[in-house]
Amino acid sequence: MADDRNQGAVARRIRRARDPLGLKRALSDRLLPGLVAAMALLAALALAGSRGAEALKERWQQGAAAAVTVQLPPEQAGRMEDAMALLRARPEVAWAEPVNPERMHELLRPWLGEVPALPLPSVLELRLHNTALDPAPLQRALSDAIPGAEVEAHGIWVARLAALARSVQGVALAVLALVIGVAVAVVAVATRAGLASRRQAIEILHDLGATQSDIAGRFARRIGLLAAGGALAGAAIAVPALAALSGLAAPLAGGMVQPWSALPWLDLALLPPVAGLIGWATAQLSVRRWLRRLP
Amino acid sequence: MVRFTAVGLRYPSPDGGLGPEALSDLTFTLPEGSFTWLLGTSGAGKSSLLRLLYLAQLPTHGTLEVLGHQVRPDRRDALPALRRRIGVVFQDFRLLPYLSAFDNVALPLRLAGRSEGSLRPDVTEMLRWVGLQGKEMSLPEQLSGGEQQRIAIARAVVTRPALLVADEPTGNLDSHQARRLLALLTQMNRLGTTVVVATHSEDLVAQFPSPSLRLEAGRLVHHG
Ligand SMILES: Nc1ncnc2c1ncn2[C@@H]1O[C@H](COP(=O)(O)OP(=O)(O)OP(=O)(O)O)[C@@H](O)[C@H]1O
Ligand SMILES: [Mg+2]
Repeated sequence: MADDRNQGAVARRIRRARDPLGLKRALSDRLLPGLVAAMALLAALALAGSRGAEALKERWQQGAAAAVTVQLPPEQAGRMEDAMALLRARPEVAWAEPVNPERMHELLRPWLGEVPALPLPSVLELRLHNTALDPAPLQRALSDAIPGAEVEAHGIWVARLAALARSVQGVALAVLALVIGVAVAVVAVATRAGLASRRQAIEILHDLGATQSDIAGRFARRIGLLAAGGALAGAAIAVPALAALSGLAAPLAGGMVQPWSALPWLDLALLPPVAGLIGWATAQLSVRRWLRRLP
Repeated sequence: MVRFTAVGLRYPSPDGGLGPEALSDLTFTLPEGSFTWLLGTSGAGKSSLLRLLYLAQLPTHGTLEVLGHQVRPDRRDALPALRRRIGVVFQDFRLLPYLSAFDNVALPLRLAGRSEGSLRPDVTEMLRWVGLQGKEMSLPEQLSGGEQQRIAIARAVVTRPALLVADEPTGNLDSHQARRLLALLTQMNRLGTTVVVATHSEDLVAQFPSPSLRLEAGRLVHHG
């Protein structure tokens, strides 16, 4: 019993001796890891947002190739030329071409098999100058001129969603850059506070012959460890949040609902080492800069 | 060996410029293996001169050679290794408050990369020498002023430095312990260490006659 206490005291003494700058107290294990955990959570959300937007964008861009299709019913097949002329005359139309019947058969074969006798609608594809234009007036003009003509503008919505996904991705990456910048600032501030509170101890070590890299290394190891620990906690908190989000997003991306495999595991696993590295490098720079005042 | 050539020192002033000269135009040589007293009234510049000697301060002008190396501001990488060959007893002790007596004394050895196993006998021996056996685990705040000073002394000599610099090392010691300390310093000096001791105590100087440097208002007024 007394022996246990004694061993505890010895262990504590050895830990203290390895920490002559008293950094365990000067760089508290509460504030910095807490802040880093919050930022790691934000980084995880931003990364997942960016990856998710990327997946949606790719999926949607495939579908956006034919922006708008127009169908004439079989009994109006003879009026293809009229429809083309009408469409090409409209200012919002950039390009319009009939889809030739062979390609139609190609496209439909998986569904209909070889049934050339089936009366197929005449189809033409067109593109608008840009996806922000409203396809409704075009639709009205066409069905007035050719009864039964239908405009399928699904492609426009898909293109708009793809553009939205692109900007979501851009915002997510900007948030990520911002989080990294704030992390660097937070670590620099924490380091400077630690330096200020351990100024005398640093000067003593310096006068006893400690090198710059020795002193900077002590700070950097401690801060790197605290940052990595904080990021680990932040990444752990992010897992259930991301699982819920990816469960919601999976159907939109056309994937099956497999929330666990859809998580950005690699990004999450990289968060602690990257945060540790950022903390380590920032502390190294801050301490070395501060030490320049000593001879 | 130590050589000062026209050395001057000005501390930075609060407004960011340089203050008045704390030391001016010091020229002298301390041969290897010498023992030198540094004398002068309070504020004469004794601690400032010693700070130059143990490389806590670089001269504002003049050239300074310590242990055969010229001290140059553009070669600061070389200074830590040089500092580790210098033992210092600071006027205000400068012990680390959260380290035990043992760990304070062991610190210079650990900074020099000595293994835990090999430093224990040296540290224990040193603590015994300054009469602090049994107080290894005490923190500085649990020790008297004189005991703290003896830890500072043990820390300075535990590395067997080539140059030993002591600033008022007997200030908090009774006359018996002061003589004991001087005996330790002269013994190290006989083994080859160059020793410089700043003091106010003319008694002590009379008991251990040696060459002396005397400062007055930052200038050298006597050497020999
Ligand atoms: N860090 C400093 N910044 C500015 N001025 C200083 C600094 N240290 C010392 N001085 C000035 O340099 C002069 C010499 O001081 P120093 O400490 O060297 O005297 P000393 O001879 O050691 O005195 P004492 O016997 O009281 O210890 C004093 O005028 C002091 O004000
Ligand atoms: Mg002094």
